[in-house]
Amino acid sequence: MSRLDATFARRRAEGRAALVPFITAGDPSPDLTVAVVRALVAAGADAVELGVPFSDPMADGPVVQRASERALARKVGLGDVLAMVREIRRADASTPIVLMGYANPIEAMGAERFAERAREAGVDGVLVVDYPPEEAQEFAALLGAHALAPIFLVSPTTPEARIEAIARLARGFVYYVSLKGVTGAGHLDTAEVARKLAQIRRHVKLPVGVGFGIRDAASACAIAEHADAVVIGSRIIQEIEAGAPEDAPARAGAWLATIRAALDAAPASRSAEKRRA
Amino acid sequence: MPLAEHPYDLPDARGHFGRYGGTFVAETLIQALDELAAQYARYQRDPDFVAEFERELKHYVGRPSPVYHAQRWSRRLGGAQIWLKREDLNHTGAHKVNNCIGQALLARRLGKPRVIAETGAGQHGVATATVAARYGMECVVYMGSEDVKRQAQNVFRMKLLGATVVPVDAGSRTLKDALNEAMRDWVTNVETTFYIIGTVAGPHPYPMMVRDFQSVIGRECLEQMPEAAGRQPDVVIACVGGGSNAMGIFHPYIGHAGVDLVGVEAEGEGLATGRHAASLTAGRPGVLHGNRTYLLQDDDGQIVETHSVSAGLDYPGVGPEHAYLKDSGLARYVTITDAQALEAFHDCCRTEGIIPALESSHALAYAAQLAPTLPQDRILLVNLSGRGDKDMNTVAERSGLRFYCRPECDPSMRTV
Repeated sequence: MSRLDATFARRRAEGRAALVPFITAGDPSPDLTVAVVRALVAAGADAVELGVPFSDPMADGPVVQRASERALARKVGLGDVLAMVREIRRADASTPIVLMGYANPIEAMGAERFAERAREAGVDGVLVVDYPPEEAQEFAALLGAHALAPIFLVSPTTPEARIEAIARLARGFVYYVSLKGVTGAGHLDTAEVARKLAQIRRHVKLPVGVGFGIRDAASACAIAEHADAVVIGSRIIQEIEAGAPEDAPARAGAWLATIRAALDAAPASRSAEKRRA
Repeated sequence: MPLAEHPYDLPDARGHFGRYGGTFVAETLIQALDELAAQYARYQRDPDFVAEFERELKHYVGRPSPVYHAQRWSRRLGGAQIWLKREDLNHTGAHKVNNCIGQALLARRLGKPRVIAETGAGQHGVATATVAARYGMECVVYMGSEDVKRQAQNVFRMKLLGATVVPVDAGSRTLKDALNEAMRDWVTNVETTFYIIGTVAGPHPYPMMVRDFQSVIGRECLEQMPEAAGRQPDVVIACVGGGSNAMGIFHPYIGHAGVDLVGVEAEGEGLATGRHAASLTAGRPGVLHGNRTYLLQDDDGQIVETHSVSAGLDYPGVGPEHAYLKDSGLARYVTITDAQALEAFHDCCRTEGIIPALESSHALAYAAQLAPTLPQDRILLVNLSGRGDKDMNTVAERSGLRFYCRPECDPSMRTV
């Protein structure tokens, strides 16, 4: 069983949602990323999403874009990100790591070479924001051949027929973008998320993670009631950029620990059990 | 008659021109693009829509634009005859308005009261603001903060026309960053908002749709050249940034026996300096802004900053259909430097009494290189895609002149 599948199965058995923080690799500096990831894992992250810096992050809001720019100012490329994953794996054989980024850095490296190197570094899943299923058939097959999970987005505007198409290609988990808009936007409607998750689950047997708009313990717990995983990105990056670079691991870990504590304090979700019954 | 009917029938149903084009966007935009593609497929064959588009082009834009024989310049060059397609005579001063009218009419049919656009030099922003005023729509234009400074006059024009201009402070603060920001706006406000993309790039159906709206340029030439010049041209020449004016004049001529199609890219300060915008000539295929095409990028796949004296050509990508035309040999692509473009700019001003846009001056410069190498009975048709009024300050600065100075570049003129 893959690391992603094992992690989700364990959380599901407990009736709890997994906690998945996102940071941009190389932010605030390349030599701190491994320490930030270790701090997040120590604070209770079940899996980690690592953003691959890109010069034109169209689907991201200002917070993630700033993180990308800080990493690019230090010349962090996809090869460097894979080296960081290799370094993380030296001390952590169990935490799933998902890369999230845009198509062009992968195509510049060559998709096949990327898949080989990602697998060898210890990556578990890959989410390419600008590869919708229509454009990702070959890439998804390539990832599968290297035992990497192709992860896809579902949005509030995705019609049912497309959810089916996504379900056929996706492995690991499906990432539901809970807002129209970019990463880091506000106004999360929990009832609407719950309604859409029910629709997604009619087609998708994989766990469903929810991200975009989760900023505090209250919104994390509200989403955890319904989702298999809670993904938090912009808010952690804000925590990192609010302090000195060398404090990034401690600040990110301390903030995530408060979310972990809140999730653990909530009763194991009956609805989470029910929805899988 | 439908907007585009042609034996060459690209793109395919998913917007691919061979290996280029496509729909490389986040899932959040797919539904809006699918809806747009379906609606466009319907309206491009709708006689009422086509008739309204043609009526607007005639009475509001002033089409057809003439073809004009640049006789004095041709004689001086002593070779092939240079003809100009006068898109500079359109309302708003460039070809951009053709496409804006098409998309705004579509936006109205889709019931979207708000339009957004990205702009570099400001020409597409002005054209969008113009049609938004014409049809009573809310208009927001995204523009890199660097471009807002460089193109103060066009910012003022957009505001006069009632548009909101949003300066974009991210990345290189130029066109590509404005495009990123417009995409973000669209993702967030997709139910009320129509995104009017200004060139033949972006996700499907934009490259096809913008080409179709612009191909009125080439269709007119097909009719006008036999009347005015006695036959079709031997070579059709157009500048290529994103490539909308070039696709507009090329498309009806693709596969037309005996007509060479030449796109002219901005070589800036020279290919060797790295300060240029020649994506097809010096770039590699990749994915940006929703499509696969030639891109100027570094070894890590990061998009690099570009340079051209002409803001409208200063873009690191190019429309995917140009990428296909290049690979298939249906068109060829050359480069012209800043200095060569400026020389052609001045020659055109002095010899023909026409002040061309710096973008179009790249096409003129290549025509001026090619003409003397060919016999006098050959015909070169250049798309004079816009007029140069907007470029007065750029040209003046290059010439060491100052017509006027913005407060931020001359502290002595700052009012306190």
